[in-house]
Amino acid sequence: MKPPKQKKLQQSKEKQTHLQNPHEPTNTIIKDLLWFSLIATFFKLLLIPAYHSTDFEVHRNWLALTHTLPLSQWYTDETSPWTLDYPPFFAYFEYLLSHFASLVDPTITDLYNGLNYKSPSVIIFQRLTKRLLIWISVISSPGLLIVDHIHFQYNGFLLGLLMASLGALQNGHDLTGGFIFAILLCFKHLFAVAGPVYFVYILRHYCRGGFLRGFSKLITMGVVVIAVFVAAYGPFAYHGQIQDVLKRFYIKTPTASFTGGLVGDSSPFAILPTVTPLVTFGVVLLAILPCVFKIWRNPDPKKIVRWVAYAYTCGFLFGWHVHEKASLHFLIPLAVVAVESIQDAQHYFMLSIVSIYSLFPLLYEAQEYPVKVILLLLYVAIMWFGFSSTFSEKKDGVVSGWIEKSYMVGFVVVEIWGQFLHPLILGDRFPFLPLMLISFYCALGMMYSWIWQLKSIIRSH
Amino acid sequence: MEKSRVKKGIKEEVDNNSDWLWLMDKGISGPFICISLFSILVRVAVSMHPYSGAGDSPKYGDFEAQRHWMEITTNLPVNEWYHNSTCNDLTYWGLDYPPLTAYQSYVHGIFLRFFHPDSVSLYSSRGHESYIGKLLMRWTVLTSDVLIFFPAVLWFIIVYASQSKGYKSNLPWHVAMILLNPCLILIDHGHFQYNCISLGLTIGAVAALLCDKDLVASFFFTLALNHKQMSAYFAPAFFSYLLGKSLRCKNPVLEVVKLGIVVIGTFALIWWPYIHSKVAIFEVVSRLAPFERGIYEDYVANFWCTTSVLIKWKQLFTTQSLKLLSLTITLSSCLPSMFLQIKAPSKRGFLYGLLNSAFSFYFFSFQVHEKSILLAVLPASLLAVEEPFLFQWLTQFALFSMFPLLLRDKLLLPYIALYGIFIFIHYGKPKPKPKPNTQKPIFFVSFLIVCLLLLSLVLHVIYLKVNPPKKYPFLFEAIIMLLCFSQFVFIAVYSNRKQWILSRQLLVEVQKKRI
Repeated sequence: MKPPKQKKLQQSKEKQTHLQNPHEPTNTIIKDLLWFSLIATFFKLLLIPAYHSTDFEVHRNWLALTHTLPLSQWYTDETSPWTLDYPPFFAYFEYLLSHFASLVDPTITDLYNGLNYKSPSVIIFQRLTKRLLIWISVISSPGLLIVDHIHFQYNGFLLGLLMASLGALQNGHDLTGGFIFAILLCFKHLFAVAGPVYFVYILRHYCRGGFLRGFSKLITMGVVVIAVFVAAYGPFAYHGQIQDVLKRFYIKTPTASFTGGLVGDSSPFAILPTVTPLVTFGVVLLAILPCVFKIWRNPDPKKIVRWVAYAYTCGFLFGWHVHEKASLHFLIPLAVVAVESIQDAQHYFMLSIVSIYSLFPLLYEAQEYPVKVILLLLYVAIMWFGFSSTFSEKKDGVVSGWIEKSYMVGFVVVEIWGQFLHPLILGDRFPFLPLMLISFYCALGMMYSWIWQLKSIIRSH
Repeated sequence: MEKSRVKKGIKEEVDNNSDWLWLMDKGISGPFICISLFSILVRVAVSMHPYSGAGDSPKYGDFEAQRHWMEITTNLPVNEWYHNSTCNDLTYWGLDYPPLTAYQSYVHGIFLRFFHPDSVSLYSSRGHESYIGKLLMRWTVLTSDVLIFFPAVLWFIIVYASQSKGYKSNLPWHVAMILLNPCLILIDHGHFQYNCISLGLTIGAVAALLCDKDLVASFFFTLALNHKQMSAYFAPAFFSYLLGKSLRCKNPVLEVVKLGIVVIGTFALIWWPYIHSKVAIFEVVSRLAPFERGIYEDYVANFWCTTSVLIKWKQLFTTQSLKLLSLTITLSSCLPSMFLQIKAPSKRGFLYGLLNSAFSFYFFSFQVHEKSILLAVLPASLLAVEEPFLFQWLTQFALFSMFPLLLRDKLLLPYIALYGIFIFIHYGKPKPKPKPNTQKPIFFVSFLIVCLLLLSLVLHVIYLKVNPPKKYPFLFEAIIMLLCFSQFVFIAVYSNRKQWILSRQLLVEVQKKRI
């Protein structure tokens, strides 16, 4: 997958737009949003010939699989190494897409002959469907909150769902929020890390008002969530395949190792290969605990975005088999609260650079080098000018403190070392060193962000 | 559907300038940095697409021409660059631009040789195509663009902002319009050329002229002229404005002599290796004027090609008389614009003069290429704030007139993308508060606009999908050419008239002051 971070620029732009006119009518905002997303969409058209990773083949295979085979074999087929390991809603979704895909070019959905099939029409079709999704989630978004979703494979769509859920919670529509989150879980199980936060929040916020009333609300919510899960897993349960389905995505194959080289985790535990999934699970829970405690004390809808973002940060730092792009799960929600104070802005500014930079190794072709660098620079410039104009009355700049400043400069050093000095001085020796350096350097930033978020959650009242 | 929605939105959004305002907090640097970065990003993205003549042996296309010049200039001594010899076969993409292009090829050739010697080695590199070679070549265009075109635009914007009132809210939009012009990006970064250099130098000259640095302006314009002889399209406008201004000075002769010295000095500097012998000069000059290629080629939307549907110029006249005819008509068609500027030189009039003289040359001069419409689009983009509709209309049809060419280069996708980006940014123009007594656009005009847009859309689709009848294989090209030509004529007439009105106003003001 390639990361056109355009969406985020756009989202940051939009945020600024809103700040300038807080009383702007909603339709103007939606109009601005459309305007930015249209320009971004056309820009993304330009990127179609860019490099496409194995994720591309993964999705093609899933399209083919859902199209060719009956439902009962979706989770048991092993024709290709890229077996379906996402929850059922994602499978249905691919099935839906595959009908459009086969109209464009029938070879895409031919499971057996189509292996590693890369005709331009597939590429164009897949890229276009992504775009369509963004459209859908932009248009159907409830007003202000859904300003952001990057499209990373189909992640933009999923993050759009997450934001919709958070938006509903923030506006007090707890039932809707829970419902959307349940759907999201049936699309991608990795979002379950925020489960405890959601559960405690809904328990304390939604199920208020005496024992009876609270209990009846709990039942309502339970029914809704269970209905969603039944809709997702029901057909597979009917075929008696729940075991197979769960095996696919909850118990990862043992080859999925921690020290995964290029796709290596930014997790600082990468050096301790003896950690088991169970231990990581415990650590994540432990890390979320202070946050859950806070929610129990005071379930404030205004803070739910921060809490969920914190949960995903913990999942990212301590979780099992985390991919770099998982940092977007908390970066995107945090964007919404970034303009609340100068401290938030400073934190978001740094975190977004760390997060985008950590994705750099994913695009390694010479052709894309200027694209990723300029994309980051553009994003930094827009945030810089945007935040500066928003907080122009404050003395602090967007980057304050000498540690933060030197950390920022460090990125330039790391990049110059990896790209120019390393090949010049060391030649072909230690080829993993630049990647490791990026990984390590970004992990520092992630740790900083985690501590910052934890501190701000504990201190808040 | 999308377009209509945005249009509707624009109508509702009357005084909402917020799209751009937040960038303006830190003066001109904020918008300029952000928009430049976005423009660079767009250019990089376009450069990943194919170039002209990719994989099309034995002649390839403009990409191979530029690469071949790098090969020639880095491997041969200066005096052999334009000389036909066993080492330099001029029939295979021989240099046909003035010496500044040759020097630029030399510098870029050295850059290529440093990283990838195979791509510029003498003889053996002909038709060289490789991943790294393409990338390096693309980067030479990109750096030229960023180092010459972008600073020139910045300078122009600063000068222009200091001279027009109420411009501040339009500034980011204007920067975006100049930098994100789809025609220029597609030709330079898609098709593969270095127009950004000569056009950047021209913008530099315009900026210098607007802030009364006439000598600097003539220096820059001479450089532009020496990079691509097509820059002569602007010569009448520069000449008439500078002459008119000099005539109003205390000592006109001295002013003209000063300008003359700068121009001749610059020429001498650039032509230094060749001015020692008449033969050498003649050799270069003869390369620059490819009269043997006929009065028009392909289907360019200019006067000769369009009227050739009815009058077979090539059969009726000899090349010699056609040369004379085209020269006369070209010069006489830009005379009105020149006359106005000599009589009452004004900076605003100068910008219109640039557009008018570029159109005269595009319509009537000898051997015009589709790509030459870039030279008319440039002054229109400088006038974009004053004439937003004219600019959009011209860009749209300029792009359309190059559609067959770009399609041959397999640039359909960037064509659509850049057109979309352009249109939407264009509609993002900050709207001034409507005056209560402004008239609504006449129904007939808007109807005509919609019809023309629909027609061009249909023609795009037809050109893409339908095979032309066997009897008229170039039928669709001819129809596209006719449509674009009619629109260009309309714009040229309008802009000539506008220049005339402006100079009338100026004269009236001057007379009032005298009274």
